[in-house]
Amino acid sequence: MANWVLQGLRTGIKTSSYPNRLDASPGISPGRPRGAQFGSSTEADELVQCCPTEAIVAQNGGVAVEYSRCIHCMRCSEDGEQPAVPWDQSYEWGAIAPNVPAAIRRLNRAFGRSLHIRFVDAGACSACVSEARQLNNPYYNMHRLGFFMTPTPRNADVLLVSGPVSDAMKLPLRKTYEAMPDPKRVLAIGACAISGGVFGPSFAAAGGVSEILPVDVMVPGCPPPPLAILHGLLVLVERKRPLELVSLPSNQEKG
Amino acid sequence: MAMLEPVVEQKPKAESFFDLCRRTWDRRVLLTQATEEICRITCNARQLPELWQWLTRDLEFSFATLLVDEIEGDSWSFSYLFYRERSPWVYVEFPLEGRQVAVPSVVGLYKGPAADWHEREVEDLFGITFEGHPRLGEFILHEDWPEGVNPMRRGFDARHSPVHRDPDPQWQPPTVVEAVGAFAMPVGPVFSDFAESAHFLLETVGEDVIRTIPRLFYKYRGVEKIAEKQAIDRALLLAERFSGTSAFAHGLGFCQAVESTCGLDVPARAKTLRCVFAELERLRHHAAVITGICNSTALAIATSQAALIEEDLLRLSCEVTGHRYLFGLVRPGGLYRDLSERLITTLEKSLESIARRLDELHASLRYSSSFLDRLEEVGTVGPERARSYGLVGPIARASGLASDLRKLFPYAAYDSVDFEVARAEEGDGYARLRIFFFEAQQSVSIMRQILSEMPSGAISNPAFRAGAGAALGVVEAPQGAALHWVRIGEDGTVARYRITSPGFTNWHGFHLAAENFAFQDFPIILASFGLSNAECDR
Repeated sequence: MANWVLQGLRTGIKTSSYPNRLDASPGISPGRPRGAQFGSSTEADELVQCCPTEAIVAQNGGVAVEYSRCIHCMRCSEDGEQPAVPWDQSYEWGAIAPNVPAAIRRLNRAFGRSLHIRFVDAGACSACVSEARQLNNPYYNMHRLGFFMTPTPRNADVLLVSGPVSDAMKLPLRKTYEAMPDPKRVLAIGACAISGGVFGPSFAAAGGVSEILPVDVMVPGCPPPPLAILHGLLVLVERKRPLELVSLPSNQEKG
Repeated sequence: MAMLEPVVEQKPKAESFFDLCRRTWDRRVLLTQATEEICRITCNARQLPELWQWLTRDLEFSFATLLVDEIEGDSWSFSYLFYRERSPWVYVEFPLEGRQVAVPSVVGLYKGPAADWHEREVEDLFGITFEGHPRLGEFILHEDWPEGVNPMRRGFDARHSPVHRDPDPQWQPPTVVEAVGAFAMPVGPVFSDFAESAHFLLETVGEDVIRTIPRLFYKYRGVEKIAEKQAIDRALLLAERFSGTSAFAHGLGFCQAVESTCGLDVPARAKTLRCVFAELERLRHHAAVITGICNSTALAIATSQAALIEEDLLRLSCEVTGHRYLFGLVRPGGLYRDLSERLITTLEKSLESIARRLDELHASLRYSSSFLDRLEEVGTVGPERARSYGLVGPIARASGLASDLRKLFPYAAYDSVDFEVARAEEGDGYARLRIFFFEAQQSVSIMRQILSEMPSGAISNPAFRAGAGAALGVVEAPQGAALHWVRIGEDGTVARYRITSPGFTNWHGFHLAAENFAFQDFPIILASFGLSNAECDR
């Protein structure tokens, strides 16, 4: 007979120190590229060329990175092909969606420490789904922060959506949203849910959740690591400061 | 057919497949042996059922995939692919002309069910009818998709969604409730947990479920269509990202196909590292499936232990490759990233502890009778049905079919590693769990063998230039056989990309395991398959 309790106790506490303190365990996040200034414009041009999704754009003699389109192909990272942009090891990636009225945003504190989440997979590649699933593992354990999954949209405060919204998921996504009581918020995770990523817009995908529903918070990344999704949830309830969806050439302090 | 059998039985091994084929089919079909590995049989559509029977039943070939390619303006190339141990890949091909074309269905033949979903897919996406197929119609494209619009046709504009039909408020899923007093219980496509989108109709009389009717393809993103006319490095992004949890395997399959079209050599170190990354992915994938199985039986501490292993593997992947899901590693001609000596040491050390923890978990699970009760004799697929449906990967190996493309057609550096192909006979949930554990340990063993003797040198062949041609790339993805067939056009872009994923193959057989069971076992059966919808739906 296996002694599970003993095994559990022997494992000890594994919970991440985030959000109280930053967690810097190796491999916790792939990091992401950052905007930078370059001495010559040729270097910037080469970087713009090497990005297959036009996430890197030339700006003021340097490059800016549009996270809504960055799909973590790693081609601009240092171990990939030259040249490289600076790469930071952050995971606080949650950003307020464009065009969300400030008045609506202020309501967020009302959700406080008990936020009920409904998840819809709107055509994700399943890496985002897998990362979201990790939020329940002992490392991240989102329950400790008052975030819960709910078995019905009627009890949900937040709709967590991943994927570019495939054709057949448009209706289920809309119906889930309509079934949720007000006030409600939508959190889009992953590059696909923000811009369609590599999939869309096309005949089979809408090209982002905001094509179907009003999105409040976006977490870029391909896929965003669990702590980035957690940061997005914390931004939603105003327990963390949001970041921008663009990293400008001069924004050296961001990260 | 009967007249053929004595010929086959006389001396099945003494002559090559090509000679046997010529002797049996001479002057009735056109035979070409393109290379050692490929044999083409060009016939006409009417001869297909006879050839199908000959290959699958008499010669024990397995059906791999159906390749449909609209060359230009209503001229079609149709190929059925077959494979077996120590034989060339067999392409049975026939040309078709015109729009109103029909092909004889093979679903009623021996091993015919393996082609069932392929025929339904082709009918849905290309508008080609299969004569004698019992269930054509709404499959990948759901009910509001306009009638007669076939997105894989050349003339279809992939950038825009056609005007859809209004949803019919009276619409009901096509169900036939067979048992007295039974009703159909819908489950999905949105679930209460972090689950992928899929819909199931469970025909039930209350507690017992009689059968399950899955309805998938909610996640169809038209990957094969949107890859067309894309440059190779851009299409590679799609190959990696249509199924994020087996990204490296599919990226590798695509790259191997591209490499075959232009005869590009891959340096020895890259080949070896490809095996390392493929096994790292398999290990993480299997750890995730094991977590899912523990979770489905509500064994909380085991779930936590397995989830810790899974997350540690994600972190390890990120530490050594820069990405938690191994995106951005593989490229035509080699790899984007190397492993330094320091990272090799990190990897070796971590694998040792992962292997030990997996062993401990497996041992504890084996002695938890409440857990075993939930898995044993639950969701059983027998060997005959598994063979008939052409199931692949760990699911097939749990049902007595020991087929593994790493052994059958050793790619990358698999010819130089020593490993065993897992196999169990029972075909139930517990057999699948054991296979996942065994394969995870084998992956560790393969990686440790390779890492101790890494060849030095370059990790990429810079000579890559896309040229016109078509080829098949085969890999054993974590879920089983994955076939990537690519035709590159004169301009160096993708002209046709066909992905046959293990998710597609195995989801087709899922309903076999979900018959006559107790309602509460449904999540367990689902978890014990560990299938990805993204991989199936594409």
